[in-house]
Amino acid sequence: MRHLLDIADLGGREGIEDILELTDRFVEVSNRPIPKVPALRGRTVAWLFYENSSRTRLSFETAAKRLSADTANFSVGVSSVNKGESLRDTARVIEAMGVDAVVVRHSSSGAPHRIAGWVDAAVVNAGDGWHQHPTQALLDCYTLRQHIGDLAGRRIVIVGDIKHSRVARSDVDAFTTLGAEVTLVAPPTLLPPSLEGWPVTVSHDLDAAAADADVVYVLRMQRERMTEALVPSLREYTARWGVTAERAACLRSDAIVMHPGPVNRGVELDAVVADGPRSVIVDQVRNGVAVRMAVLYRLLGHAGAVGEDDIDG
Amino acid sequence: MAERERRITRPFGGVFVARAQVMTAEEVHRATWRIAHEVTERNGGLDGVVIIGLQTGGVPLAERLAEALAEVEGVAPVTGTLDVAFHRDDVGLRPVLPEAVTEIPVDLDGATVVLVDDVLFTGRTVRAALDALTSFGRPRAVQLAVMVDRGHRELPIRPDYVGKNLPTRRDEVVNVSVDGVELGEMVK
Repeated sequence: MRHLLDIADLGGREGIEDILELTDRFVEVSNRPIPKVPALRGRTVAWLFYENSSRTRLSFETAAKRLSADTANFSVGVSSVNKGESLRDTARVIEAMGVDAVVVRHSSSGAPHRIAGWVDAAVVNAGDGWHQHPTQALLDCYTLRQHIGDLAGRRIVIVGDIKHSRVARSDVDAFTTLGAEVTLVAPPTLLPPSLEGWPVTVSHDLDAAAADADVVYVLRMQRERMTEALVPSLREYTARWGVTAERAACLRSDAIVMHPGPVNRGVELDAVVADGPRSVIVDQVRNGVAVRMAVLYRLLGHAGAVGEDDIDG
Repeated sequence: MAERERRITRPFGGVFVARAQVMTAEEVHRATWRIAHEVTERNGGLDGVVIIGLQTGGVPLAERLAEALAEVEGVAPVTGTLDVAFHRDDVGLRPVLPEAVTEIPVDLDGATVVLVDDVLFTGRTVRAALDALTSFGRPRAVQLAVMVDRGHRELPIRPDYVGKNLPTRRDEVVNVSVDGVELGEMVK
């Protein structure tokens, strides 16, 4: 794996499981009194974030620092991007500075793919448009493994704004690769125009779909969707598609609730549910650091040739 | 020799072929018991002693050593395991992936750590282990127990407890298990 641009780059089930297993090791590192290892000493990871993000950035940054990598931030707000520099020139500039990996978030789908074609550094997609957010899907898989074990045959409901969600796309890829049965629940206006080729079933009735689900994955409802007239009002959205306390009470007793954050409390997810025993949201965030350590280590940990005289014992 | 070393020792991916049996299971057992007595003699018992096996080859030996210590002293010592992959100095030169769990159940501040490995060769694994230990506290002392010291050190590291000193050529391979020690080579 040279880059991590979408879930398919991991090469199927084995590749995903390989990262999850490596994540176990980094969870252990994170629990040490001093949670830092010198594995990526001397490597530099640059952040190229064209879109606001606090948690994903912080998570990647913590991951890089726990691996002893150096980090450099290309902050778009104060950079020459505002002076009209093209994506290609920016990527070239970063590369010329000798970074080993670039973590990219961009509002346009495919931007990380383009960058990967221009630079020698490893590119990690930290979210591009409506396309993919692979590390989120990996941390979701890891969290699911922790709570419900093997995903094969498990029923996962993803509810919310599927159309605009890169999390949903990556999650569908990852969950189904690991053998889960995924049902998408959304108002017709928030589904992609075509679901051809998606290995999922679709429902417009949350109560029916969630009744026997192992997992209810709630997507963030962005307020601007209302002004785009995709939903009549947030209250109506909550009534039909939100995971309210009443709805959560009707779930299977062992069902868990997930959310990629940040939560719009009271809109797609009730505060009582978000803080309740079903919620694994905090675990998702915690596992995010270890998963990103695993991804960075996989991409940067063993570049180069096998040495001549490094036999050991 | 741990599985990791066996896989990457040249010629890569070969099969280990034993040429001579160096220690029998019985001799490994006796050496383990002798080391157990040496550990308690040196440390005046097991107070504050933590036995840590290096993944993967050192772990079964550390388990046997802990069993012997429990019989000698009447109390079981604290044990743990350590995988040093992330601390190796050749990360980046070759694929170095952790193979097994690190589990150190106690704070190592003030403890006397006995690291256990199967073979002492260049000393680089032990250097990485010393580095890794600092993440778990500040031990009062660290001692090293190995079943076989085969020489060819590249770092100023020496063992405190040795099952057997075994002169070898660099290209030979030593295979240690609780069932015995074999000297041989990797054959494609």
